[in-house]
Amino acid sequence: MPTRLKEVDVVIVGLGWTGGILAKELSEAGMRVVALERGGLRSTNPDFAIPQIRDELKYAVRNALMQNPARDTLTFRHSPSEPSLPMRQLGSFLPGEGLGGAGVHWNGVTWRWTGIDHAARTYYEQRHGKSFIPADMPIQDWPMTYAELEPYYDRFERTAGVSGKAGNLKGAKQAGGNFFEQPRERDYPLPPLEPSYSQTLFNDAAAQMGYHPFPRPCANASRAYTNPDGSRLGACVYCGHCERFGCEANAKGSPHITVIPKAMAQPTFELRPHSWVTRVMLDSTKKKAIGVAYTDVSTGEQFEQPAAIVTLCAYAINNVHLMLLSGIGTPYDATTQKGVVGRNYCYQPGSGGVGSVTLFFEDKIFNPFMATGAFGIGIDDFHANDAFDRAAMGALGGATIIVGQSNGRPIGYRPVPAGTPRWGAEWKKATAKWYQRAMNIGVTASNMPNRYNAFDLDPTYKNVFGQPLLRLTYNFVENDKKVIAYVGQKAAEIARSMKPTSMTGPGMLGDYNIVPYQSTHNTGGAIMGTSPGNSAVNKYLQSWDVPNVFVVGASAFPHNSAYNPTGPVGALAYWTADAIKSKFRNRPGLMT
Amino acid sequence: MKNNRRDFLKTVGTVGATGIAAAVGGETVIDGQSPAASDRPRPPGSPAAAPVSHAYTFLTAPEAAFIEAAVDRFIPADELTPSGTDCGVAVFIDRQLAGAWGSGDRTYMQGPWQKGVPTQGYQSPLTPAEFFRAGIAASNAYCRKALNKDFDRLTSDQQNNVLQDMEQGRISFDTVSAQEFFNLLLASAMQGFFADPVYGGNRDKAAWKMIGFPGVIAIYSEHIKTYRNKKYDVEPKSILDLS
Repeated sequence: MPTRLKEVDVVIVGLGWTGGILAKELSEAGMRVVALERGGLRSTNPDFAIPQIRDELKYAVRNALMQNPARDTLTFRHSPSEPSLPMRQLGSFLPGEGLGGAGVHWNGVTWRWTGIDHAARTYYEQRHGKSFIPADMPIQDWPMTYAELEPYYDRFERTAGVSGKAGNLKGAKQAGGNFFEQPRERDYPLPPLEPSYSQTLFNDAAAQMGYHPFPRPCANASRAYTNPDGSRLGACVYCGHCERFGCEANAKGSPHITVIPKAMAQPTFELRPHSWVTRVMLDSTKKKAIGVAYTDVSTGEQFEQPAAIVTLCAYAINNVHLMLLSGIGTPYDATTQKGVVGRNYCYQPGSGGVGSVTLFFEDKIFNPFMATGAFGIGIDDFHANDAFDRAAMGALGGATIIVGQSNGRPIGYRPVPAGTPRWGAEWKKATAKWYQRAMNIGVTASNMPNRYNAFDLDPTYKNVFGQPLLRLTYNFVENDKKVIAYVGQKAAEIARSMKPTSMTGPGMLGDYNIVPYQSTHNTGGAIMGTSPGNSAVNKYLQSWDVPNVFVVGASAFPHNSAYNPTGPVGALAYWTADAIKSKFRNRPGLMT
Repeated sequence: MKNNRRDFLKTVGTVGATGIAAAVGGETVIDGQSPAASDRPRPPGSPAAAPVSHAYTFLTAPEAAFIEAAVDRFIPADELTPSGTDCGVAVFIDRQLAGAWGSGDRTYMQGPWQKGVPTQGYQSPLTPAEFFRAGIAASNAYCRKALNKDFDRLTSDQQNNVLQDMEQGRISFDTVSAQEFFNLLLASAMQGFFADPVYGGNRDKAAWKMIGFPGVIAIYSEHIKTYRNKKYDVEPKSILDLS
């Protein structure tokens, strides 16, 4: 029999960025908070100390900081008519595990999403007419405007120590920033990082062609920084070991060095690692959560943790899984298009090479290992730009064109010109010659929902607790292929103007493949909206069906932007924390 | 000299590879210390290396002969680096197969099993180590049938042809997918060649020197600016060096 524990005010499932923010905000407000993290504890020293942290095989290839699919994974198929088979090894995306979650191993790209993203359906209907939106593309507006969320974006940027340059201060365009960004009340807390040589070349070429290059905002601190909570970040040393690694310099904005220690300083907060939540417990009405059931995976003991409020702050995919396992909300059925939990799963075409262009220069040296996860120079002319004519592209959404330089780690990064063999003497010569002489122009596209791209529970496969795995039905569709083809050609035009010795790409988008790494930008499944008919959670990320359950994270996005998700994920966590503190705490129930 | 090891193993019969390495140490009868290997120019600045280990714990002697031959085709000795085997890549693969990864760590191993399509990824009921073992056996069976010899006894040109046929999916095996096995074999060899030498491959940081990867210290706060379009030439440092 499970041990029943003493009731608390709030139980938090998962302690990454969203769980960490809620843990700090709610415990500082005097609420009794317990956080259950299925992975272990960890801290910069000794867990991310050099030289061991610079181990590409362990961290980047064997995924030491990631969830273990032997315990729990999902099954995958392209369409409802195909058999769904387990993702037996990690590949396409890498959900994190352990204190800090994916906030430890992320690159640090921190956007505020565009005005178009916040009001997608309204924008496209007004600009292009209702018939421009395909019938099988259930896009919808966010339930809050950009302006409403602006202070929360700002708060997250301050917490994470984001380096960047404003492009629009209170409506006034700023030279050097993103010309197309929404108005911000104040600039980033830190100036941009020093660009790489590749980025300076791209900057000049893009400007020459009349585009609007700007430094990509990133939570890699350009100098030492103390955030408003008193958490201290070091200056980035451009070591090229961000994504899939922890930062030994504390220069990457991460929850384990910011919000989580602040929560842990509160007497009303308790953290329990190795605690795997298997379901949210509901009362007999199924309209109220009474707590969560979990297993201590270091002992096998089972517990029930009663709580007045349950916040699901696991990775986006796992939030959806827990809702389905717990019977919170009506599961989505792609055939009838009824139900809400599981719908609007989106990914991100373009990440991972498709659409991008690699340039080879006989006479240039790029030092690809002098790198940070998130710095970059990019253009938003084909994404955030209201004036960009999507009719010419024949598709909704858009894509960014960005030169980053995230690493030169040699197991993974070995660019060679097209036609080079993959092994043997010719391959060696080409690898030795081009390793330092190549740069990449990346194209990352938005991803609109499709009625068939969705989650439900798998009827066959089980996790180690005997529970059904999540089942993912997903493929890229025509809209995605058109965006990649169109913006890929724009990237190629810029590349050609840079006069490389040779170039490869842009590749075309084919079927989704769950094997090669693309991006850990999985969104949707528990989307936010304006009514129980179009969403699983309301504007405060509160379950319509079980109002004392909050589902926080990228699971709430109705579609995916061409931007990385963490900026709005952090902002929404602060937004939800404020709603709980200022409204729900005093008047529990569905908030309006 | 390329088949020295194989011939030697035949003469000593059933003694396992580990036993041989322990018994003969760095004696010249071991292939890595053959005149062909020791005459090879070493990259400038590299210290005299300790003898290449041929001590294997997972691979049987015939399996080790296959892996050594394959990684020497993937990474042939030339003016850039010693051969794959001499860079420790075969030893790296053996250790990975013997360790957590080989035994299926971080792999969902529950059934039922179905073949699936390539975009669904690895669907074999075998652990990676078992998969490797089956792949080696199938490759040798194919070579014996088509060319009357095990893979490691073929000429270099024949070996290259067989590997290309596997890579392109032009041949198939009964047990495992030839192309899937090839891809795993190649990926493992590249991991061994480029990973930190602490894992047994990339001996003397040969692969890092080949491309100019400076290794693990990586403090570039100033260099990001001062080394724009300028080569950064340093002796690479590994975890092994700093530990």
